[in-house]
Amino acid sequence: MEPFLELEGISKAYPGVQALSDVSLSVAPGEVIGLIGENGAGKSTLMKILGGVTEASAGAIRIDGESRKALKVEEATAAGIAFVHQELNLFDNLDAAANVFIGREPRTPFLKLIDRKRLNAAVQPLMDRLGLDFAPDTSVAELSIAQRQLLEIIKALSLDARVVIMDEPTSSLTMSETRRLLSVVDELKRNGVAIIFISHRLNEVQECADRVVVLRDGRISGRLDGGEITHERMIRLMIGRDLKSLYTPPAAPAGEAMLELAGFRTAAFPESAVDLALRRGEILGLAGLIGAGRTELARALFGIDRPLGGTIRLGGRNVSVKSPDEAIALGIYLIPEDRKQSGLILDDTITANISLANIRAFASSGLVSTALEEKNAAAQCRALRIKAPGVSTIVGSLSGGNQQKVVLGKWLSMKPRILIFDEPTRGIDVGSKNEIYALMRGLADNGVGVLMISSDMEEVVGVSDRMAVMHEGTIAGILTRDRFSEEAVMQLAVGHSGGDGSHTTH
Amino acid sequence: MLKKDLGLLILLIVVAGIVAFLNPRFISPINLSNTANLVGLFGLISIGQGFVIITSGIDLSVGSMLALLGVIFIDLLTTYQMNWALAVIVIVLAGTGLGCIHGFLITKLKMQPFIVTLCGLLLYRGIARWYTDDATAGFAFGQSFPSLEWLTTGRVHGVPLTFVVFVLIAIVMGVVLHRSVFGRHLFAVGRNEEAARYSGIKSERVIAATYIILGALSGLSSIYFAMYTRSISPASHGTFYELYAIAAAVLGGCSLRGGEGSVFGIVLGTMLLQVLQNLVNLLGIPSSLNFAVMGAVILIGVLADQQLVKYRNQRAAARARGALATGDKAQAAE
Repeated sequence: MEPFLELEGISKAYPGVQALSDVSLSVAPGEVIGLIGENGAGKSTLMKILGGVTEASAGAIRIDGESRKALKVEEATAAGIAFVHQELNLFDNLDAAANVFIGREPRTPFLKLIDRKRLNAAVQPLMDRLGLDFAPDTSVAELSIAQRQLLEIIKALSLDARVVIMDEPTSSLTMSETRRLLSVVDELKRNGVAIIFISHRLNEVQECADRVVVLRDGRISGRLDGGEITHERMIRLMIGRDLKSLYTPPAAPAGEAMLELAGFRTAAFPESAVDLALRRGEILGLAGLIGAGRTELARALFGIDRPLGGTIRLGGRNVSVKSPDEAIALGIYLIPEDRKQSGLILDDTITANISLANIRAFASSGLVSTALEEKNAAAQCRALRIKAPGVSTIVGSLSGGNQQKVVLGKWLSMKPRILIFDEPTRGIDVGSKNEIYALMRGLADNGVGVLMISSDMEEVVGVSDRMAVMHEGTIAGILTRDRFSEEAVMQLAVGHSGGDGSHTTH
Repeated sequence: MLKKDLGLLILLIVVAGIVAFLNPRFISPINLSNTANLVGLFGLISIGQGFVIITSGIDLSVGSMLALLGVIFIDLLTTYQMNWALAVIVIVLAGTGLGCIHGFLITKLKMQPFIVTLCGLLLYRGIARWYTDDATAGFAFGQSFPSLEWLTTGRVHGVPLTFVVFVLIAIVMGVVLHRSVFGRHLFAVGRNEEAARYSGIKSERVIAATYIILGALSGLSSIYFAMYTRSISPASHGTFYELYAIAAAVLGGCSLRGGEGSVFGIVLGTMLLQVLQNLVNLLGIPSSLNFAVMGAVILIGVLADQQLVKYRNQRAAARARGALATGDKAQAAE
């Protein structure tokens, strides 16, 4: 089919950065284009230009043959360009239908009040089309992230979208929700809607994309069609080199159990208990569906929430953790899921963030020595290869990967015994991901117990030495490397017992 | 020193210069001494309020607390004939205790600071009026406390001791805020409480501590105010003083969003407010316009600060663009 939307030679310069140079892309009805690239490769900038949020420095946008230099937001919407954002743009306090028609609600003839009847009637068919099983007047606050995302797609459809741009749509979805989303992509495609699918999850791109466009350093580094779309080729184009296999075996076989949980219960699943042992020198992956209670387990272990019951044994000794500072005193550290909210003070410097948990170490008689602090921060920056102009750089201005390294730096300067990573590489580019995996392995080899919660199948299968799969607040099974497979994890995660001996016994 | 503080210092000097030019009486020793005295009186509660604001909290009860603690103080000295030193300790402890209650309600019972301290404002004022039967509390005829009076209203070479005490406390609080572990925790909690908690900082304790510090400073301040006015009419003593303290802190660079502020800024903010009060008197502006002048200056000050920051950012961006453009040209020439 003829493309209706074409970008020709788009370039964009920001102060100090050439974000895009000479990028051309055409979109035809009913095709799914995978757009991939490391963070900072220019994907977001390209999409901002398409959405009319920013203007290109050079190049043209051609819609239905009509060429123009830049789009305004309204023009982009009118041209049928719709976004499903990574950070969702819905109003929690309104219901589903109201969100879809926000700003263009049907009005009653008298008094011009909102016409609920017509509103719901307009939304219902769209909801049916995507198979949404909640009522149009359900409050958005009650919807899951996956349902919210589908709602965003409905909003796009209600605007007669011709191309829907999905930015990391599956980053917070469970496996089954991801399947559902991919089937919606398929449905849209059959109806002639084009999709630009931006994702770090190459499996999904491989599965749904008709063709893949790869950006690297603001340029198109390659295009792949149909059968050419393979992991190796995508990764090679993204990073410009071959990726070694993710897995690096440990230097020595795992030692004695460092951290043992018995009958450990959290408020998320008061009826279910977790029994788990983390051994010295291993990376224990904790897989499962989102909402299986993994983050709650981590939070309780770190003292953010109080566990309802059970025991924690650290190095063979019973310990209790009532608050994060107690966990920290024991050497149990958490790298939280939500880096920007819980992990970092974004508008503070690298130094301040790295010394945050340990300021007393840089103080004598209560007064902080800035020099000592900065020395430590600089050492961490070097060791972790944090890319920043200096230690006084504001953390919020760093890329996701470097931000995560700052969180790591905070704990690494404090001699961890147990390090819990919750979704360690969410929203991080491939290069930084591998550095973080290498760091994890290095820590494990130095005798730190590493517990890695991950919903990224590639990651949890590729990095862990052993894997525990959680299902509804309990450990559904433990897998050793020889039994690692996506299939095995899925089986356990959805609650099918994984066959012989996969249930854990202690 | 922060750029913000420097700007405020310049503003203070400019305003003072203009006032001095228009009415030389402004720089007469007696006027400077009186202004310094008022800066000292209001400065203590402003610093305390600043700490609370850095945690993105607020304390509206300060003015009523000054009235309540003030009448109790006078009562302790007159009715109960208590030793003045003991009475001072009792009052400072009482202020600390009220701060503890605020801190407890806000951190442990998760009430909003605005509501807790608004109720404090009403409660303490009401209790003060009930305690005195709405009568003015004052010292008995002929009663005098030479040491206490020297410590609170005395002057050394014309410098009021209130100002000296204020400067000493400001230095201590400045070190606490900008150099100590507690200060670092305070800023961390103000900027992102959750991240602070995830780093093992006991954020509740830090927040409660700021209300306790403010309570203690209010207690001390209530004694200074009582000795300054010598008599307290519980219905009006200290009304709006919490707002002066908030105004001084905000003018001094504290953001109500939390995580921002400096003790030096708060000191400058307090000084500027007092100079403005003084200006109204000295320049023959009707004293009824007092509040209006203050309101206008704070509004313009905060607005100017924001615009300046915006302008600076724009200039930085333009410079970076310029550098990039020359880089491009250089590339094209190759």
